[in-house]
Amino acid sequence: MRFILFLLFAGAGLIVAFAPLPVRLAAPQARTFQLDAHQFAYSPSELYVNPGDTVTIQLVSTDVVHGLYIDGYDISVEADPGQTSTLTFLANKPGSFRFRCNVTCGAMHPFMIGKLTVGENDWLYRSVGLATLGIIGFFPLSSFLKRSTS
Amino acid sequence: MSRIELTRNLFIKKLLQSRYPQLTVFIIMLAGYIFAILAGLLGTPVGSHNFSIVFVWITWWAILILAAVPFFGRGWCAVCPIPLPGEWLQRGAILRPERTLSEAKWKSKGGWLNLRWPKFLRNIWLQNISFLLLALFSSVLLTTPNVTGIVLAAMLFMAIGSSVIFERRSFCRYLCPIGGFIGLYSQTAPVELRIKDKQICVTCDGKPCYNGNENGYGCPWDVFPAGLTKNTYCGLCMECLRTCPSDNIAINLRPFASDLEKPSTRLDEAFKAFIMLGSAMIYAAVLLGPWGTLKDAAYHVGTNSWFIYAAVFLGIIFILLPSLFALCTFRFQNFNSFKKRFTTLSTSLIPLGLMFWVAFSLSFVLTNATYILASFSDPLGLGWNLFGTANVAWQPLLTSMLAPAQTLALVGGLIWSARTAQNAAREAKTSPIPVILYCLIATIIMLWLLL
Repeated sequence: MRFILFLLFAGAGLIVAFAPLPVRLAAPQARTFQLDAHQFAYSPSELYVNPGDTVTIQLVSTDVVHGLYIDGYDISVEADPGQTSTLTFLANKPGSFRFRCNVTCGAMHPFMIGKLTVGENDWLYRSVGLATLGIIGFFPLSSFLKRSTS
Repeated sequence: MSRIELTRNLFIKKLLQSRYPQLTVFIIMLAGYIFAILAGLLGTPVGSHNFSIVFVWITWWAILILAAVPFFGRGWCAVCPIPLPGEWLQRGAILRPERTLSEAKWKSKGGWLNLRWPKFLRNIWLQNISFLLLALFSSVLLTTPNVTGIVLAAMLFMAIGSSVIFERRSFCRYLCPIGGFIGLYSQTAPVELRIKDKQICVTCDGKPCYNGNENGYGCPWDVFPAGLTKNTYCGLCMECLRTCPSDNIAINLRPFASDLEKPSTRLDEAFKAFIMLGSAMIYAAVLLGPWGTLKDAAYHVGTNSWFIYAAVFLGIIFILLPSLFALCTFRFQNFNSFKKRFTTLSTSLIPLGLMFWVAFSLSFVLTNATYILASFSDPLGLGWNLFGTANVAWQPLLTSMLAPAQTLALVGGLIWSARTAQNAAREAKTSPIPVILYCLIATIIMLWLLL
């Protein structure tokens, strides 16, 4: 019985973690953002696009040399002070990605971070689902364990 | 559940009893520590290219929070270089006590004051305060080499000062900002030092594990090993393993979090759990979040926005988190029973807090790990290239694995906390459900901050 309960919750966990979610269909667009970079933040600091969009980021540095590196996409661009540099890419990986400065720009440089969300932040929803499922599953499993050990 | 006594293995036992392996590690650590101070004070002001920042806040921190604390508890304290110079001064010796000295002279060979630590301060409130002091200035501390250098030097001098005024390792036990949380989280570790047979300790003449003998010093952590029921205050220094005349000290492997089965009822330890939980969440927002205003406020110490940040920081830790938790544990009978329930149930925040720190540190460390290679070749940022790695380009590591790993840590920590809450609730004779919901909400907030 304990094994069946465990399998049940493990199966539910796998479904929450990996089952495909309904996708909100939106026609791919070309989107352009002007991203101002200054010590130690981007403005705007959060970008939202749809999967399949062609995204162009115009990076404008307003003080020292700054860069932009997008985690997951592994692409980057640098901008000199007062200059604009452009980065264009196809947003073909859904999810939430940090973008960060990749040119040492001052003390807080390692924490100059923004966030790009392509479609929905599925992994967050799945993680919240796993946490909730973990707690729901905890009670029957632990009470069963307690009964079987006593 | 059963324990496996590691010290049954003669090789392990001799290795731990001998002072030379420990001394070798101590000397390497002390050299690294002094170099970190010098690098901080004399090296480049660019944090990501300075040994003090890269090796202390990336390398050491990663080792500490991802490996040392979860698996070895106070294992770091066993090789920490900070108390060494003070301890050497206090003892008037670097290695073992001289065999010809009387017991009184072992204690005061250094000729220092050797005072007892004040009774009203025999708790971890000062460690809570010292951690918060560092935490409030952490944006500057983590990024500015000379500030890191000054703080490291200050800790070394404070340890020396407390060793020449007070007996034993007062700094480690009552002041060290790091030692407080290592002690708290060491309760989850699968390693412990305990006695084998209590009766042997009861009849033991002179209690050399506490008072010292010709083979070693009395417990530097002011702990009588026979009374050890949890890891919190045992620094794994191995002195009792050396001094015990009856071979009654064991290093055991045990199940994770064994100490949490008997929850603490101390308010200072309960607040340490809130401080650590709250700090992890605030750090995740400030350092890893996209909010520039928050980073500005945290970095510009002394400005109005920093004072607001500090007030919010302290408000979250001392008012918001504890009062919401108090609501979860509230059932008015009298203050003492409420306090006992509050402190007992706060034990469930220990695994949660540890896994919050693991999840936070994974992001912080994997993003900045490539600086380690560059800094190794050019520790002062002076253009050296000692090992040919000075020009390794910055590149975040394992970004595709990061989110699943953080989820695993946070959800695992939540379930671990639920299990702990269930035990604690049984002790407190109350329901664990409100506390588990509290942990769930905290976990969801942390997931939102990190993912």
